Amino acid sequence: MSTKTSARTLLPILTSAFFGLVFGFGLIVSHMVDPQRVADFLDITGTWNPALAFVMGGAILVAAPAFAYARRHHRSLLGGGINLPDRFRINAPLVAGAAIFGLGWGLSGICPGPGLVLLMSFTPQALVFVSALAAGILLVDIARGAIYFPPKEKIATGHPAD
Amino acid sequence: MEIFATAAIGGILIGAAAAGLLLVNGSIAGISGVFGNALTGKPGLWRWAFLAGLIAAPLVAPFAKIEVPVPHHQAGLITLAIAGLLVGIGTRLSGGCTSGHGVCGLSNLSLRSLTATGTFMVVAALTVYAVRHLGLPVGY
Repeated sequence: MSTKTSARTLLPILTSAFFGLVFGFGLIVSHMVDPQRVADFLDITGTWNPALAFVMGGAILVAAPAFAYARRHHRSLLGGGINLPDRFRINAPLVAGAAIFGLGWGLSGICPGPGLVLLMSFTPQALVFVSALAAGILLVDIARGAIYFPPKEKIATGHPAD
Repeated sequence: MEIFATAAIGGILIGAAAAGLLLVNGSIAGISGVFGNALTGKPGLWRWAFLAGLIAAPLVAPFAKIEVPVPHHQAGLITLAIAGLLVGIGTRLSGGCTSGHGVCGLSNLSLRSLTATGTFMVVAALTVYAVRHLGLPVGY
């Protein structure tokens, strides 16, 4: 592998890992990884703590100009295309799915990002939540037929008498 | 006041990561999507790299002088299993979570994401109300 090809394969991996790390730092600094803090934010009639609105606000403030740029320019810095979402319809799966997600988020105080960051706390809570999260995603994909299970073929065993 | 400052700084970091992944790699930092597509074997090693960075964050944080908060769980293990399942099913059906719809979608001025974000925020707030004020048991 030449230096040029290895840089082309390695660079997106390294930058992606870096952005994942920064994303995780953001979830930690903002205390999104503490389910109680999240529930306090969602508890409007009780201990309402509006601070978490600043998390989404701060994030959008920085990300919105990047998306505005991406809508006009279709090449990323590393040379590939910028993959903006191609789904625009407001339909039943969108609304029903969001409601189901909201129910799970309210019960646990954990959404997918913080769930993954919590894995390194090595608590049974984090392990149970993330395993169930993975199972839920796989269930939907299986139900949609997005995951294909090839029929098991009989493998020749080398015993012709079988 | 400090709590608002740390919330805003955390948000800015999340936004910077989403902006960086979009402009440098050309990809959307929606965690449920990245995680789900990595799990179901969609080609793209970058997803695993992103997830590795995300998961390693609490281990690296002390080196960056970032304090990692202790998580306080209100829910018991059975509730967490049900909640995790609901979060997985719901985000996969609606195509995004707090980051995909809430941060990236709203930043992209998507009406679809605004609908999803409004819906999951209202339902989550109602659920917390049921837990904290109507006695819905989640301790199991």
